[in-house]
Amino acid sequence: MTNHWVDIKNANLIIVMGGNSAEAHPVGFRWVIEAKTRNHAKLIVIDPRFTRTASVADLYVPIRSGTDIAFLSGVIRYLLTNNKVNRDYVLAYTNASLLVHPDFAFDDGLFTGYDAAKRSYDKASWAYQLDDAGHAKRDDTLADPRCVWNLLKAHVDRYTPEMVETLCGTPKDAFLAVCGHLADTAAPDKTASFLYALGWTQHSVGSQNIRTMAMIQLLLGNIGMAGGGVNALRGHSNIQGLTDIGLLSTSLPGYLTMPSEKEATLAEHLAKYTSKPLLDGQLNYWGNYPKFFVSLMKAFWGDSARQDNQWGYDWLPKWDKGYDVLQYFELMHQGKVNGYLCQGFNPIAAFPNKNKVSASLAKLKYLVIMDPLVTDTSTFWKNHGEQNDVDAASIQTEVFRLPTTCFAEEDGAIVNSGRWLQWHWKGADGPGEALPDTEILAGIFLKLKALYAKEGGAFAEPIEKLSWAYGNPAIPRPDELAKEMNGKALADLPDPKTPGQYLARKGELLPGFALLQDDGSTSSGCWIFAGSWTQAGNQMARRDNADPSGLGNTLGWAWAWPANRRILYNRASCRPDGTPWDKSRVLIKWDGAKWSGIDVPDFKIDEPPGSPMSPFIMQAEGMGRLFALDKMAEGPFPEHYEPFETPLGTNPLHPKVVSNPAARVFPGDLEQMGKADHFPYVATTYRLTEHFHYWTKNVWLNSVLQPEQFVEIGEALAKEKGIAHGDMVRVSSNRGYIKAKAVVTKRLQPLHVNGKTVHHIGIPIHWGYEGLAKKGFLANTLTPFVGDANTQTPEFKSFLVNVEKL
Amino acid sequence: MALQSLDIQRRSASPTQPPVVREHVTEVAKLIDTSTCIGCKACQVACSEWNDLRDEIGSNVGVYDNPADLSAESWTVMRYAEVEEHGKLEWLIRKDGCMHCADPGCLKACPSPGAIIQYSNGIVDFQEEHCIGCGYCIAGCPFNIPRLSKKDNKVYKCTLCSDRVAVGQEPACVKTCPTGAIRFGSKDDMKEFAAERVAELKTRGFEQAGLYDPAGVGGTHVMYVLHHADKPELYHGLPKDPAISPLVSLWKGALKPLATLGIIAAGVAGFLHYMTVGPNRADDDEEGPR
Amino acid sequence: MQVNRRQFFKLTAGSMAGTTIAALGLLPEQALADVRSYKLLRATETRNTCPYCSVGCGILMYSLGDGAKNAKPAIFHIEGDPDHPVSRGALCPKGAGLLDFVHSPNRLKYPEVREAGANEWRRISWDEAYSRIARLMKADRDANFVAQNADGITVNRWLTTGMLCASASSNETGWLSQKFTRALGMLAVDNQARV
Repeated sequence: MTNHWVDIKNANLIIVMGGNSAEAHPVGFRWVIEAKTRNHAKLIVIDPRFTRTASVADLYVPIRSGTDIAFLSGVIRYLLTNNKVNRDYVLAYTNASLLVHPDFAFDDGLFTGYDAAKRSYDKASWAYQLDDAGHAKRDDTLADPRCVWNLLKAHVDRYTPEMVETLCGTPKDAFLAVCGHLADTAAPDKTASFLYALGWTQHSVGSQNIRTMAMIQLLLGNIGMAGGGVNALRGHSNIQGLTDIGLLSTSLPGYLTMPSEKEATLAEHLAKYTSKPLLDGQLNYWGNYPKFFVSLMKAFWGDSARQDNQWGYDWLPKWDKGYDVLQYFELMHQGKVNGYLCQGFNPIAAFPNKNKVSASLAKLKYLVIMDPLVTDTSTFWKNHGEQNDVDAASIQTEVFRLPTTCFAEEDGAIVNSGRWLQWHWKGADGPGEALPDTEILAGIFLKLKALYAKEGGAFAEPIEKLSWAYGNPAIPRPDELAKEMNGKALADLPDPKTPGQYLARKGELLPGFALLQDDGSTSSGCWIFAGSWTQAGNQMARRDNADPSGLGNTLGWAWAWPANRRILYNRASCRPDGTPWDKSRVLIKWDGAKWSGIDVPDFKIDEPPGSPMSPFIMQAEGMGRLFALDKMAEGPFPEHYEPFETPLGTNPLHPKVVSNPAARVFPGDLEQMGKADHFPYVATTYRLTEHFHYWTKNVWLNSVLQPEQFVEIGEALAKEKGIAHGDMVRVSSNRGYIKAKAVVTKRLQPLHVNGKTVHHIGIPIHWGYEGLAKKGFLANTLTPFVGDANTQTPEFKSFLVNVEKL
Repeated sequence: MALQSLDIQRRSASPTQPPVVREHVTEVAKLIDTSTCIGCKACQVACSEWNDLRDEIGSNVGVYDNPADLSAESWTVMRYAEVEEHGKLEWLIRKDGCMHCADPGCLKACPSPGAIIQYSNGIVDFQEEHCIGCGYCIAGCPFNIPRLSKKDNKVYKCTLCSDRVAVGQEPACVKTCPTGAIRFGSKDDMKEFAAERVAELKTRGFEQAGLYDPAGVGGTHVMYVLHHADKPELYHGLPKDPAISPLVSLWKGALKPLATLGIIAAGVAGFLHYMTVGPNRADDDEEGPR
Repeated sequence: MQVNRRQFFKLTAGSMAGTTIAALGLLPEQALADVRSYKLLRATETRNTCPYCSVGCGILMYSLGDGAKNAKPAIFHIEGDPDHPVSRGALCPKGAGLLDFVHSPNRLKYPEVREAGANEWRRISWDEAYSRIARLMKADRDANFVAQNADGITVNRWLTTGMLCASASSNETGWLSQKFTRALGMLAVDNQARV
């Protein structure tokens, strides 16, 4: 979230699309209700299903799964053609006025530079026109046909209300009603907040779904504002934290990038990621990349990371491609993977195409499970009848199952969706011999280290040299690890402004990332967490919930990254001249000498209004990007592509390019895609409010609330198929089948799309062959093995199935 | 831990005069705003967790309602209704449970002294140790709430968390409610808040929004804000004009002396049965599916 | 209303007892009516954060024992933290049922191994688990470590073992996992961000 949970109450309009926040985040949703009851906000839900969020909405608008870009591009067209944008904001804070490379074009579904064999783009033309100084050319009159504004206008021109209706099945008047409500928030003192989650990410076009919405927010001037923003409602309790700490194949902590094999030296890596300003006078914060990177290397390898060994650069692995889970299970399926450590994760339930995942796990030599609970993955080798029909004797995988403690049994911090790091305390010991994950990792690591010391082996140096300065090496304490992430001064850090004074003395914990250095004099395991545990103590444990402004910015509660800032890009809440767009919701303002207010300013603190510096300080041009340059895989502008399993069998906009041309699909998986002739219904998987993923089937109270697997079928289709409430049905895709009870409902209405009637089938995911709840089938038996072109998030939200009554 | 703040106002089958000197006890109420309820069932879980209840893991019968009905181990359940009003689909969700009537039919019907009591703050509480499992309270309840336990043959229902209220806390369901759809306070404050909610709903086009605080049972200490107060039946059969069954009034009124005689006669018969046959075994008489 | 035979006799017996005892003057005048004892008195309260979704609601965990050495704490109730600015004491159906997660009969208690081809678990010690896992990892790493790619560039990667990290684990666990995996040269590192 650019904003945070409580801030939702400041919105005038809340759109829930690509999410179901009342069910997935009920307590966060309280602030939506608060906006409605206290701020007279309107709530609009756009979803294929009439959800429990829709049950309290002012307006529910149906849409065919997988067509959000068409809908949102239609909104952009409406805003541009009706001039319902915050023009001052757009001119000053977005790249609308910047000029795009002359070669860039879009034609019949493809952008310039497509290579069909590689299914990827040469993005050379996805760039600005630069002047001699390397700065983007600009036309503030927006007259130049090559400026982003005009290219965007041309691009979205095809998304008329009629086309939206054709693609999405959304009645034109309902679509126009949404446009009208959104257009109202173009007023400088009105904001809209979009709340989304996996309903947008789990598509082969997931990232572009989100981008299209972010573009709307930029056009309306809603980013940086109280009650506005781009609000990803993250799933798991610390999915934000684990992303922040870079536990992704090609990431490092704090959104640094793991070096690739194309960057053989540290200098090459830093040259690639240390950005240069694309406009004059920008803060360009990623210009500090080397300070963050070198400080991380010092946290990894301590005194062994030295200038003369490139701070240990060779000790980091270099990637040739990303090893996301789809890629990795493909390799496992090919027999190229031997071992897998699985910490608090249930991949056989959570990944697409369960039968492929199961066959892949069976090819491992060893599998190590660390979990507080029994998982389906841990017993993937066991025959559970029709629900997991395998032969244990033929599966040669050695499986270790290690019991971990859970939240209640350990100290530590987790990061919520609003980027708050909140510390928690242990209340009891774990059951039996359960141990914290940290002790288990230390246990394995110290054994490995001893083996390497004794026997030698492949490249033992990074293992031997890894910084492990814990009081008891076998039991790294949470406070020690948290301080390691915060970072400390490894030498006295002199204050450049005051000779003789120091910003920090050697050994002190750092107060923030501004002190980080690229000369080895500081260490920090995760630069964006710098300031979370300082000389003043554990900032994450703070519990002052005072809210003096009434806007919900509780700066004394826990600690938010970065720098305890609660609303990102908050400089954009003011006009270029420094006065707030909305006098009733002031976050910061220029006080004559500096920026100050109820939030930590997201800007150079003493940069006066009127300077060319723009609010989006992490971007090289300082601006919000309506044109994404080369940052997205499938194009700088969003385009509607059909799901890989499309009920239409074509793309009415460009029949030659049906689905995302840049999405990666493995050959075996492409063969397993189903067609509408055999699998005529659009299926979408989701979570119910009564359960949490595959955990709560182990929890008695939640198992009582939704005891048994079911699927949701609309009344019209159920009538056609002779299916009644509570009947058993078989739902099949080209990859397998599940059996479940039928919930027949008015809440799934047939949609009329491109001349066809499209029915949706709703498939909640929470059951499996392990648990206290009634045994069920893993819903991901049905889902396709293809992901978003940028993130490789699987397309769980839109695929084809058939339904039969049993 | 008899708490002074919880003076007993009424007691089943007892002629005893309740203390009346302390008359400034605040009447409490729980207000359930169906227009902000998201049907998440947090209240069901919090109720069971606080009251140490674990219902059985049932099955899906083609709807979201689970458990499918109230029971001795499920004192509150969500009821879901898909209705089409003015051509618009609405999913009306109502938290069902004891209404804590000002004039409680259960208490009036109960023949066992002190098995049902009403505190002066309005809470109607079952004292299970005095319950004889006769089930009259079930017949007496206009909302079909109390449930007989097959385990101990006693009747159970929501206590409005009288143990929490006694120490100044709100009931567990109220505290946990994610959206604040369930509120708790003095009955006066709740009515005032309900009026605000009703006014706001009217601005959103719910012309018939209103408060459900039915007069037929003397008003209730659990009240609903309904978007369609003119049609409470839409909310999974919430009774429009609930009243205590005339049979209960009859039983407690003119027929009471006769009934008492009947009880004594039956008691003699029961005593003889016990002496000659021995105690009834609970499992002998279990009838119907569990 | 259904009153079966047994209920009828109980009813009559109970009523008889009550009325008769009252008639004999044995029943105290004032009712022995009472609310259930408040169960949190003197319980130890520990602050934590709900481990399910990313709202990060504050929770209060109540446990037996006051920290005395002879008592082992056991959590017996969990409810919302009213001071928390987001949740203000509220919890959703998952959070409200956390007690049954902590005490789930499906909690794992001991290290176990399922040998190749076996059909059941066998309990092992932590030391055996660490030793065997470390041995397997080292054998795989030593056999398959890639020091240089085909172009002779130093890549120092180990691709034949990977790790999935738990997005409900703490930052501190995440950081140690990052150090652990990268020092070994792993690139197949992922978490639930995608699913």
